[in-house]
Amino acid sequence: MTRINVTVDGVSYVDQVEPRLLLVHYLRETVGKTGTPIGCDTSNCGACTVLMDGVSVKSCSVLAVQADGSDITTIEGISGNGGVANGQLHPIQRAFHEEHALQCGYCTPGMIIAAADLLRDNPHPTDDEIREGLEGNLCRCTGYENIVRAVRRAAQAGVQS
Amino acid sequence: MTATEERPATQIGAARLRKEDARLITGQTMWTDNITLPGHLHVAFLRSPFAHARINNVNVSEAKGMPGVVAAFSGADFAAEQGSLPCAWPVTEDILIPAHPAMATDEVRYVGEVVAAVVARDRYAAADAISAIDVDYEPLPPVLDIRTALDEDSPKVHAEGNKSFEWVFANGDIDEAFRDAPVVLERNYRQQRLIPCAMEPRAVVCQPIGDEYTIWSATQIPHVLRFLLAAITGIPEQNLRVIAPDVGGGFGSKLQVTAEEELVLLIARKLGRPVKWTESRSEGNMAVHHGRDQWQRIRIAADRDGRIRGLSVDLLADMGAYLMLVTPGVPLLGAFMFNSIYKMDAYSFRCTGIFTTKMPTDAYRGAGRPEATFAIERIMDDLAAELGIEPLELRERNWIKHEEFPYTTIAGLTYDSGNYEAATAKARELFDYDALRREQAERNASGDPVRLGIGISTFTEMCGLAPSRVLGSLSYGAGGWEHAAIRMLPTGKVEVVTGSSAHGQGHETAWSQIVADQLGVPFEDIRVLHGDTQVAPKGMDTYGSRSLAVGGLALVAACDKVIEKAKVIASAMLESPPQYVEFANGVFHSRAGTGVSKTIQEIALAAFAAHDLPDGVEPSLDSDATYDPDNFSFPHGTHLCATEVDTETGFVKIRSYVAVDDVGVVVNPLIVEGQVHGGLAQGIAQALYEEGVYDDDGNLVTTTLADYLIPSASDLPSYVTSRTESPAANRLGVKGVGEAGTIASTPAVVNAIVDALRPLGVRDVTMPCTPERVWRAISAATASGSSERNGAA
Repeated sequence: MTRINVTVDGVSYVDQVEPRLLLVHYLRETVGKTGTPIGCDTSNCGACTVLMDGVSVKSCSVLAVQADGSDITTIEGISGNGGVANGQLHPIQRAFHEEHALQCGYCTPGMIIAAADLLRDNPHPTDDEIREGLEGNLCRCTGYENIVRAVRRAAQAGVQS
Repeated sequence: MTATEERPATQIGAARLRKEDARLITGQTMWTDNITLPGHLHVAFLRSPFAHARINNVNVSEAKGMPGVVAAFSGADFAAEQGSLPCAWPVTEDILIPAHPAMATDEVRYVGEVVAAVVARDRYAAADAISAIDVDYEPLPPVLDIRTALDEDSPKVHAEGNKSFEWVFANGDIDEAFRDAPVVLERNYRQQRLIPCAMEPRAVVCQPIGDEYTIWSATQIPHVLRFLLAAITGIPEQNLRVIAPDVGGGFGSKLQVTAEEELVLLIARKLGRPVKWTESRSEGNMAVHHGRDQWQRIRIAADRDGRIRGLSVDLLADMGAYLMLVTPGVPLLGAFMFNSIYKMDAYSFRCTGIFTTKMPTDAYRGAGRPEATFAIERIMDDLAAELGIEPLELRERNWIKHEEFPYTTIAGLTYDSGNYEAATAKARELFDYDALRREQAERNASGDPVRLGIGISTFTEMCGLAPSRVLGSLSYGAGGWEHAAIRMLPTGKVEVVTGSSAHGQGHETAWSQIVADQLGVPFEDIRVLHGDTQVAPKGMDTYGSRSLAVGGLALVAACDKVIEKAKVIASAMLESPPQYVEFANGVFHSRAGTGVSKTIQEIALAAFAAHDLPDGVEPSLDSDATYDPDNFSFPHGTHLCATEVDTETGFVKIRSYVAVDDVGVVVNPLIVEGQVHGGLAQGIAQALYEEGVYDDDGNLVTTTLADYLIPSASDLPSYVTSRTESPAANRLGVKGVGEAGTIASTPAVVNAIVDALRPLGVRDVTMPCTPERVWRAISAATASGSSERNGAA
């Protein structure tokens, strides 16, 4: 077992973990952050995307031990300041709601996090750039049309976080 | 309300943002895999690596001794109690339905079939112990091609043989229709095997308390699952509670009673402890039922002016290794749709269901209807080319005219409404059809290496499953009704209980809109309850685009009963004879002119207090209703697709896609548009990207999302969607929308590719139309000398 110190959504955790434990399993089962789901086992679907020190990673392809010393932001913390508990939404969360960019919602946490990283990198993307930027996140419900609209809307609103 | 107020006076028709989103966008969702019960154990399954093998021995003793392992089981441990997984659709009297044990006991018949299980303290320990199980297999020959599986010398999947059933339908004199017909075309189309790939993998949790069991499952069908788990295990139905919490997509793949669901229940019963199983994507691709997989032979006879005389269809349908819940019924749902929107003198249909050593097939978005629509729309384009008639014109010459509804088709269905002219006219305009045809001609004339093609799909479908009597006549094992209940709470708020079980469709929002209009209560005051057999005890669940067309009307019926009862109470409160009491917009008043009125919320409180209820009126303001329609629902539409096909690389780019759908009255345009978008994506994916592939030994080679290519945002175009509206013959005027996009789009895309390449002599490209296949089709056509350069069409 290895001792790690990880900050998740603003809270610091110290845990003993197996070296092979995936970050996504650490988040879901050790920390209880079940807002981040798992959609595949080959890093293709992106459902488990989180921000690690501000950059998006697929948390199924990171070991928990690699996250030692890192600051992780999940869908549960992306709106900041206590997040959902305060009824606060991140502008991309709001844009997804307003543009009906989700149906079953399983890909949504990863898609929102990936979009946040995309807009950090490129605050004013074209539609093609949005599509390319979200290539690593699969959705089976929406056909992506409204996801593109939502990211465009968030970009127009000036989201850069 | 001011003149500038955009919101319609009714909730029905309003683009309400979804109630469901609040939890889904914030990570507060309750997926089955999120459920953690005190002391729960994790199950892992060992699956067959062979397509076909005899099991001589399964040794789990080493696995049992591994750290953290609580138990390990082989098929022998369940042989006496597991029964056979159900097939609810025995389509013919002599159908062969082989025994289908949840855990194999003596033989495996597809790669991925469950052979053993380990139960451990955590998922990692369970996975470790799986590799310590020793199975002695004796490989048997696989059966992989349904075109040869009925040959006498073919190996047998089951001792009884490889043929499950043959189902036929005929109407009109088919021989007469083809005899002396000026034009007869015959085509063979391949419907490749698809893997549904809902984003949420399956998961099951079971908590035993005494002899009662609560099962959480990522399922579309909690009610059907409860009934059938009781039937196959013998556990009394009243002791089973099934909960479908938030479910991450289904598309038919979670319309199933699975081996894993039954085994998790049986393991929990054996151990007396809560257990949980979560599937990996690789397991899911192998062992969640697949879709499609047919060889279609279709013949069409026509007059020179394009009038269709007759249509003859002969299907071979791959059942896979066993018949699951509705496996044999899927191709039959297509049987009534090959004739589509067209009039003709005669129609004949034959389907042979054949076993192979592959994962069973079953419902996948559209289930039978995409296959049928593909074949008819593909051959209509070929017929148009053969006759030199513009393909939209050929369709119009044959389709049912809007003034001819209701119309009974050659397949025996009565289409209640439709307007193919209106949908097509709108689609032509949005697509700029004539301009694209001109551009196509120019590029063909100039020999442009990137050709433009225009694909057409004027489709209809039967959905809203459906009339119980009709399902009974088709040997289906259940009814097609739906249930709803309304509970007016003392505070005037409303609980709506529905037997439909949403997994992304937005019923919490749409059902609130319907009830808000019916009862005249605020949208925000309504809470929709579903997906738990203890909370919503009756239902037939969600599939086949049935929830609105059946469940939505059950809501209306339940609201009627609430209003009826409230009227009696209002009559007493208003001191007015009941026949003078009127209800509108949530308020009861008397025409007798007392000038007093009571809101439905006031009536609800009075019914709760029950101080002054009229004689014979029971306290509380609740209702229960079931609705069983007398017909299916028939959405239709015209989809037009423009592709640019690079003849040098075979790469296909969708340049524009216009979908005009007629789904009747729309409850929530936002949700309807979203359903169309997603449906289009899945239909386009079948045309261009997806195929479940088995190798020559029967190994599935597309077990991951790196091999099975579900499209990303960058692989798909932006869509133009619009609607026409011919109301269905039901009280809301609604039809289904869940499958329309998928049914329509596959032939639109392939027709566009073939249309681009027809001048080069290409008549078909087998799906998925990958660059390699397109390039090979061009090369083959060029080599055979049928290209324009050689003067042939």
